[in-house]
Amino acid sequence: MSELAQDSLAIETRSLTKQFGSHKAVNSIDLAVPTGSVFGFLGPNGSGKTTTIRMLLGLISATSGEVRVLGQTMPQNLNSVLPKVGALVEGPAFYGYLSGEANLIRLDSADQFASSKDRIERVRAALERVGLSHAAKKKVHAYSLGMKQRLGIANALLQPRDLLILDEPTNGLDPQGTREVRNLVRSLASTGTTIFVSSHLLAEIEQLCSHVAVMSAGQIVAQGKIEDLRKEGETRIRVSTPDLDAASAVLVALGLEPITTMDAQLRQEVVAPLHDSKLEGDKIVAALVKAKVRVSGFAVEEPSLEDRFVSLTGEGFDVVQ
Amino acid sequence: MSSSNNPVAKIKRPLGLSLLATELSVMFRRRRTYAMLGAVALIPIFLAIAVRLSSQVLAPGEGPPFLDRVTQNGLFVGFTAMIVGIPLFLPLTIAVVSGDTIAGEAGQGTLRYLLTAPVGRARLLLVKFAGAATFVFAATLTLMISGALIGAALFPVGPVTLLSGDVISVPESLLRALLVAAYVSISLLGLSAVGLFISTLTDVPVGAMAAIVTVSTVSQILDILPQLSVIHPWLLSHNWLGFVSLLRQPMDLSSFGANVLVQLGYIAVFGSLAYSRFTTKDILS
Ligand SMILES: Nc1ncnc2c1ncn2[C@@H]1O[C@H](COP(=O)(O)OP(=O)(O)O)[C@@H](O)[C@H]1O
Ligand SMILES: [Mg+2]
Repeated sequence: MSELAQDSLAIETRSLTKQFGSHKAVNSIDLAVPTGSVFGFLGPNGSGKTTTIRMLLGLISATSGEVRVLGQTMPQNLNSVLPKVGALVEGPAFYGYLSGEANLIRLDSADQFASSKDRIERVRAALERVGLSHAAKKKVHAYSLGMKQRLGIANALLQPRDLLILDEPTNGLDPQGTREVRNLVRSLASTGTTIFVSSHLLAEIEQLCSHVAVMSAGQIVAQGKIEDLRKEGETRIRVSTPDLDAASAVLVALGLEPITTMDAQLRQEVVAPLHDSKLEGDKIVAALVKAKVRVSGFAVEEPSLEDRFVSLTGEGFDVVQ
Repeated sequence: MSSSNNPVAKIKRPLGLSLLATELSVMFRRRRTYAMLGAVALIPIFLAIAVRLSSQVLAPGEGPPFLDRVTQNGLFVGFTAMIVGIPLFLPLTIAVVSGDTIAGEAGQGTLRYLLTAPVGRARLLLVKFAGAATFVFAATLTLMISGALIGAALFPVGPVTLLSGDVISVPESLLRALLVAAYVSISLLGLSAVGLFISTLTDVPVGAMAAIVTVSTVSQILDILPQLSVIHPWLLSHNWLGFVSLLRQPMDLSSFGANVLVQLGYIAVFGSLAYSRFTTKDILS
């Protein structure tokens, strides 16, 4: 059983830790990325995503813990693992004075296992795949950020891959570029390649991924299928009313705990999690109306991933570093 | 049984000839490389023009060695220029190229993509050293060729009178010019190895370059302090001017041999240091 589970993991880490000085950038994480999944690695800036990815790829050594990628321990098997892994780490980086095509030829010739016979064909196919054929001969310093990002993905696609590791592939892109990259990732996922994509934006992950791990301050605070994580959130009711205090009083009387935030007050809303109470929406509205609360809107909201994410990682300036 | 359905990871090419080819094409497609080779070519050109324009006749032995002979025979321009270039200018260009090897890739972020290719860290070091060595040979050849051309253009050319008083033919003197270029190139390989090592220590290429120039300068200063004469034979720069002995008849090759040994020593020591440093380094760039 445990053997089977191991075999079906594209990435697996055990108590993986990286310490910089006295600071644990990655603190004992156990990642489990199922083969064939589109796995979101979600966490605010500075939560340790890139550091983890560098360890997965053997760029830095772990302070302690174990890493298995495609069933083999890293970094010991780096030479047999990396040819099957395409990677984008901490943004694209190129020789600005070379063309896009020359850059890919350079990086492909660095691959000690890549054949030089079909190099140019593979380079052209990768450029085609990301829609950069027209700019192949253009110097990279004349590329837009979105084009560089796509060239970075083309580099990850120079060979057929079992696993793609994409670190913040939409970072810094405009909405158009973001959509392009997202569509690209989707089409890659549809070929069955396992994709491990990191982001600090929930929306990104929510739209792309089947699975997610949430990082906060170097630790994984939640991991699993997206639907399962969503279910862990709470169903809430939202009452739109000018009579905020009266509405809150009614809800308290019903055994609920209304949340008052500045934001909600400005919007003239009262929000309360349903917890485990079996109250029906219509009962609540009836109680409100009976208490002469003017109800201009009422909704029962399914748990949102965003609330779950915020409750796990903190919000805005509260983000744990 | 991971889904290894692709045929990669079969043939390994440890020699990395195509990597070396792109290394050279990356280097020689940079404007900076041309600018440096151009500047190297200017050394004999300035020197020849200065000598040509000054009416003053130099007494034998005045100025840099051979300078007094340039007016009689243009083939001496290259030799004189080499003597002028070797203390500072040639080491400076070597510092730029060897300091850039690893730190340059790190600084612009391409190092992480080379390593995840996967390039193999030792293989990358070897190719980088081979690239830097190629530049060294290109620089000394550029200087010699430029010297021969400008010398032939501005001065008479004929059989060359050597330091020993013997006379050799023009073709043979060109052969000696090539030998001198080879000697100086070998002289600078040790510095390239030091540069490769220093380049693995930082992600800031300019810092590496400055450090390498410092090493070259300190070596030359130590070499003129008589109190340190015990260590002189082992200094990086000790044999740098020794190519003069190639201009005697019969050729004195003892300095050539000593130079090769010292440079090989530096390559072995600093190559190993670069290897042990780079293969265990955390790549955070
Ligand atoms: N080279 C380094 N030296 C010291 N601390 C570092 C270094 N790189 C990253 N860190 C720290 O490690 C933590 C995680 O960084 P990182 O993995 O880049 O986060 P993320 O990719 O999630 O934004 C941060 O607190 C960062 O300051
Ligand atoms: Mg990051």
